[in-house]
Amino acid sequence: MMTDVPTPKHGMTRRRFMTTAAALALTAGFVWGTPQAMAAEPIKCAGIYTVPVEQQWVSRLHKAATAAAERGDVDYTYSENVSNTDYARVMREYAEDGYQLIIGEAFAVEQEAREVAAEYPEIAFLLGSSFKEDGALPNFAVFDNYIQDASYLTGIIAGSMTQTGNVGLIGGFPIPEVNRLMHAFMAGVRETRPDASFQVSFIGSWFDPPAAKETAFAMIENGADMLYAERFGVSDAAVEKGVLAIGNVIDTQAQYPDTVVASAIWNFEPTLNMAISQVRSGTFEAADYGIYSYMKEGGAELAPLGTFKGKVPQEAIDLVEARTGEIMSGAFTVEINDEEPKSQ
Amino acid sequence: MDILEILMTASFWTAAIRIASPLIFATLGELICERAGILNLGIEGIMVAGAFAGWMAVYSGLGLWPGVLVAFAVGMGFGLIHSILTVPFGLSQHVVGLGVTLLATSSTYYAYRLALPEVTSPPSITPFQPYEIPVLSDVPLIGPALFAQTPLTYLAFIMVAIVAIVLYRTPLGLAVRAAGENPQAVAAQGLSVAAIRMGAVMIGSGLMAVGGAFLTMSAFNSFFFEMVNGRGWICIALVVFGAWKPGKALLGAILFAAFDALQIRIQQTPLGAGIPYQIFLMMPYILSILALVVMSRRAEVPAALMVPFNKGER
Repeated sequence: MMTDVPTPKHGMTRRRFMTTAAALALTAGFVWGTPQAMAAEPIKCAGIYTVPVEQQWVSRLHKAATAAAERGDVDYTYSENVSNTDYARVMREYAEDGYQLIIGEAFAVEQEAREVAAEYPEIAFLLGSSFKEDGALPNFAVFDNYIQDASYLTGIIAGSMTQTGNVGLIGGFPIPEVNRLMHAFMAGVRETRPDASFQVSFIGSWFDPPAAKETAFAMIENGADMLYAERFGVSDAAVEKGVLAIGNVIDTQAQYPDTVVASAIWNFEPTLNMAISQVRSGTFEAADYGIYSYMKEGGAELAPLGTFKGKVPQEAIDLVEARTGEIMSGAFTVEINDEEPKSQ
Repeated sequence: MDILEILMTASFWTAAIRIASPLIFATLGELICERAGILNLGIEGIMVAGAFAGWMAVYSGLGLWPGVLVAFAVGMGFGLIHSILTVPFGLSQHVVGLGVTLLATSSTYYAYRLALPEVTSPPSITPFQPYEIPVLSDVPLIGPALFAQTPLTYLAFIMVAIVAIVLYRTPLGLAVRAAGENPQAVAAQGLSVAAIRMGAVMIGSGLMAVGGAFLTMSAFNSFFFEMVNGRGWICIALVVFGAWKPGKALLGAILFAAFDALQIRIQQTPLGAGIPYQIFLMMPYILSILALVVMSRRAEVPAALMVPFNKGER
């Protein structure tokens, strides 16, 4: 390609040529960029995740953002597996790059994430958090998977399906988003099985399926015939030992057709779509987007019974339907309890 | 159930042996490296790489045993990198080891994303299934624990015997041990210390990778990025606990795993209900540290451990 460039007498150095070429490219970019700016531009949205996008919780954000990108609402890009110590840096990079909406998780970087947000007041940050919004930080909104309504409904089904009345719950860490769903599930179980007993364990890791599986084995040996699968690995133990399981956040029945009776599904779409429209209209503000994960808002749902259709007692299905109606109308609310659940 | 009752159940011991299996492989691997005089802190990363490589090989259509070989080969590759830097170049074994761990974990993740760019949930394979050895598996308590495991667990026990025999009963083992005790003597015999050490690190790293592969090919059926979860570091301690002897290291691994299996079960007893779960998760580590203190007082550390050898240097 050097042949196109007339070579001066003293010779154009390679570096000089590269600089010129880069400058030309930039200019071209400007010229071409202008007409695009005239059209209704998609919002530049970046996701920052501390785990791979396969992880249950993050997969829901990724799915909603990918869908929004396909609709043309956002230009979506993401960084996955960002360590918590690196999280603030990645936030800054996207902020400097002109991203308008940054989504992700602040659970382990609550303080740093807020500090970065304060430095970029014109950028909207929508991060999963165990805390509430702060009026003094108007561009930092929080959300979480408040799918306790759906978890409660799965509990009703679980209670009707357990023979022993002994239900095992295995979680990663007892943080609010995990605790409240466990409590809602247990409340649901008690609706159909008032004498149920619960075994609760936390494995101290988000990603240790072998450890989750071992814990599940121990609970099954101890009498559990229904498991609440908060982590990967639990349903696998249930398959091997021939007991049942309840899914959480994602629907895992396709992988475990004879084991996972019901799943409480989280839809991040209402949360994200609300943020997109507010960023677009310039009304994004500090708020708790948690409510958009409620069943009423379409943020949570009970997965179809699928392979277990016809196997769940009719009384339980009737109760689920009645409660669903009451939840949607606001006549019934599932208690939100963020305390660490204990075996009982 | 109280503790004694738990200890008398076969399922408890089955769980303990199952939890111990990946630790046995990796501890043996580390032991071989250290016996030759090289501390291999690449262990955690190499286990991650092995967990991925073995699983990915099976997922791409290879059989389970070829998958184990792939994991072993990948481990050897990282062992080669580690040994080139620590043996001929004589660089700090701490720095190189941690570097290899970082390199192995991040390149594994890179390979994972290249291979599986768009997956909603990690795909799974059909892992090794438990194989009950006739007659022996009917023995009460020990039978199910030792003889109703997956073939990889049997391989772990066989490897303990092989490593012990090679280390103590063969000229090769003598050369490896001598390289870790007195490399000058090895050189005086006309043997290459560098070749022995590099070979030991590569074989040891291969075993670490198989330990990682146990997690994805036997304990579970799919790969998760952080699933090794510190098991490699435990093995470093287990080598010290085992006083650099394969048999004792095996006992250490089983002991640690038994504590782990026990804590899971005690959590569900009336005693456990009142104690925060974090205490239980700590228990295997605390008890192992205590055991380490007691056991390692008379341990003989390989004299040339972490001492680089430069040919001809006095």
